[in-house]
Amino acid sequence: MTAPEPEESAVPQGTEDQVVLRLHDVVKIFPGVRALDGVQLEVRAGEVHCLLGQNGAGKSTLIKVLAGVHHADAGEITWRGEPFAPGTPQAAMRAGIATIYQELDLVDDLSVAENAFLGHEPSLFGFTRRRVTASRTREILARLGHAEISPRRLVRSLPAAAKQVVSMARALSHDARLIVMDEPSAVLAHDEVANLFRIIRELTAQGIAVIYISHRLDEIRDIGDRVTVLKDGRTTAANLPARTTPTRELVGKMTGRSIEYVFPPGRDAPPEEDPLLVVENLTRSGEFADVSLTVRPGEIVGIAGLVGSGRSELLETIFGARRPDAGTVKLAGKPVRSVEAAVRGGMGMAPEERKSQALLLDEPIFKNMTLASFTKFAKVGFTDTGGERAASERTAKSLELRPPGVIRPVRTLSGGNQQKVVVGRWLLGGTRLLLLDEPTRGVDVGARAELYQVIRDLAERGVGVLLVSSEVPEVLGLADRVLVMREGHMIHESPAAEIDEDTVLNLVMAGSLLEGEPA
Amino acid sequence: MITETLPAEKREPRRLDEGTIRNLGLIGVLVLLVIIGIITRPELYSDPAWVRNNILVILQQASAIGVVTVGMTFVIIGGGIDLSVGAIIALAGVWCTTVATQSFGAAGMIFTALMVGIGVGLVNGLLIAYGKLVPFIATLAMLVAARGLAAQISDKQTQISTNETINAIATTRIFGIPLLVYILAAVAAAGWVLLNRTTFGRRTVAIGGNEEAARLAGINVKRQTVLLYVLSGLCCGIAAIMLTSQATSAQAGMANLYELDAIAAAIIGGTLLSGGRGTIVGAVFGVLVFSTITNLFAINNLETEVQNMVKGGIIVAAVLIQQFRYQSLTQLFKK
Repeated sequence: MTAPEPEESAVPQGTEDQVVLRLHDVVKIFPGVRALDGVQLEVRAGEVHCLLGQNGAGKSTLIKVLAGVHHADAGEITWRGEPFAPGTPQAAMRAGIATIYQELDLVDDLSVAENAFLGHEPSLFGFTRRRVTASRTREILARLGHAEISPRRLVRSLPAAAKQVVSMARALSHDARLIVMDEPSAVLAHDEVANLFRIIRELTAQGIAVIYISHRLDEIRDIGDRVTVLKDGRTTAANLPARTTPTRELVGKMTGRSIEYVFPPGRDAPPEEDPLLVVENLTRSGEFADVSLTVRPGEIVGIAGLVGSGRSELLETIFGARRPDAGTVKLAGKPVRSVEAAVRGGMGMAPEERKSQALLLDEPIFKNMTLASFTKFAKVGFTDTGGERAASERTAKSLELRPPGVIRPVRTLSGGNQQKVVVGRWLLGGTRLLLLDEPTRGVDVGARAELYQVIRDLAERGVGVLLVSSEVPEVLGLADRVLVMREGHMIHESPAAEIDEDTVLNLVMAGSLLEGEPA
Repeated sequence: MITETLPAEKREPRRLDEGTIRNLGLIGVLVLLVIIGIITRPELYSDPAWVRNNILVILQQASAIGVVTVGMTFVIIGGGIDLSVGAIIALAGVWCTTVATQSFGAAGMIFTALMVGIGVGLVNGLLIAYGKLVPFIATLAMLVAARGLAAQISDKQTQISTNETINAIATTRIFGIPLLVYILAAVAAAGWVLLNRTTFGRRTVAIGGNEEAARLAGINVKRQTVLLYVLSGLCCGIAAIMLTSQATSAQAGMANLYELDAIAAAIIGGTLLSGGRGTIVGAVFGVLVFSTITNLFAINNLETEVQNMVKGGIIVAAVLIQQFRYQSLTQLFKK
């Protein structure tokens, strides 16, 4: 697949005076990555402008540039006719650009009013004017159609949808003219989304512009006016009409990369054997429902799904770290009900948040590698540090850990090498089934290719692998069999060879196969 | 294929020396304190017999709190805190000196003190691991409750120990060195082995360093948490016997504020209050620094108020130096 060239705007541009925000050739470079590599964006007053792109396409970086968290390295940003380069999030807020992140940044133990005016509380000689704050919050909430939320209520006690309203109230308390919403529907139930859309329509009717990010095409069709598509940090299509652009065209603009993914060559299907892992009707209410799957020895099974589709929760439940409401997990015929049982039975997991969930950052590499197996090295409770080091060194060598050596603290390694340490932990433990949750998040390009090779080698040696990733090409390039997860349900299963990126992406985003595509 | 600038592998031994550097620093502080003693009371230090005796006094004073600090160090490395150590000592001391317990003889008294320590530690651990109480709250409640129970059992009276064997523990000397000092040495040595050479120690560091990572690696975090508080309680039981023997009595107010001294000694010995890192040797040096300061003030007949201010200053200085050194070390590795 070759990457298509960035295209010029597909739709005639609006009249100049309507345009409030314009980005021209914006570039943002992180060490080793061009996160933004020429972004064009044009947002008009009173419109809902949708941003579309796969994970890693640069959406989050773009939002953070607009919010004043990151600073663009090149390119021009024009906001209401003037050059715009916010130095801090506060500066962006003051300029009238508010951002509502996926993880709402509210203070749980403050009231609704205190959250709405956090950082710019109405005050007199340093004393907060509680009554003024409350009444102004009440006005804003009424404007949002949510007069029923009491300004004095603690945010902690509010449901997710109401918290989002409070976030929007905060944006309006700053008199925002542009509100950026990062996957606002991910935390909402179906009927709550309708309410969110009603609020968005009221805001845009007041001339406020909205940048709306979502992976759900039906939502974009419903609420969006125009769509800009990002891929690999570039704008591949700008200002497409949201309602009439064919799905195939949108998906096509998002896919088809690229040099970033260097997969080991394809391989023959693993031999038909009795499954190693059997998951039946696994359910955790609110997270996922009625999931059944199997993994055979030597097989790589990939689950494609968005953040919030329940995939990480599913993996943790299979690993015994969460208790299912219903259903069973069996490893080689034996039920798994706790992490200890899973590890004893030969299951290992590389969790999504490597640093906070998997590593002792200040401990040496070898102690991290033997974290799940040091008792096996030990004799009557006494650890065998020499044996652990020797075994870790062999594993580190086979994983091509860089720099070599196993004594330095894990903190000093790059993301990719830290991930190798986590994988090495389970190799040392003699793991038969490995669960990988976003194994290449925060891993640079070269190390990715190495990790892919490591994963494939593991499978060749007979280890079963269950892989979760929001990067569709990764799932397709590595897995023998692909499962698609959407909103807590497994909606599709097929051999990797019989499905392509467009189809998977469409399943993930819209829940249906493309018309005329072979399933 | 990938070019990374690598710090030379040679640099690694520097990290291994980190603990040694801190211990050398603490020895430096001890030397400094002795020099101050020599300057302020030269006439005392000119007498070798006095000097020898004074060293033994310092060690003896450090023995009971030292044992408690070893247990405390484990709890802190494991990501917790035990505010109830002083109260556990009081309860164990009072319980083992009741008339009824004393009728069972020295073995019965020792057994009782150890079991009270283990029992209270077990309650602490269960409340924290399974009741999901914050360690600070659970052990704070225990601090109040255990002293209350001790006052009730003793009827607020000082209970005299009439057992000759128990009372002899504090006065016995082997090769001229008090038995109490041997007890501290034995507990510290056992603690060092437990922390550095056993799976128990490895689990302790793991759950304190990153509880979630430990859990997802298959370590039973709850059981380990309970065991840590049991270990701390056991150390308190041992200390209760030592203090009871020294005073030939026990009462509900004994070992007052031991929790603060033990935490402070662990911290200046290099234990991170947030868990995951600490050393037994450093903790013992921390205790020695404090008891040397106490001794320094005693031989100069100075007020204890000033002494407490100096202790506070030393705690702050130790932590500041620790942070500075930690930052410079991580920077060294990042280059």
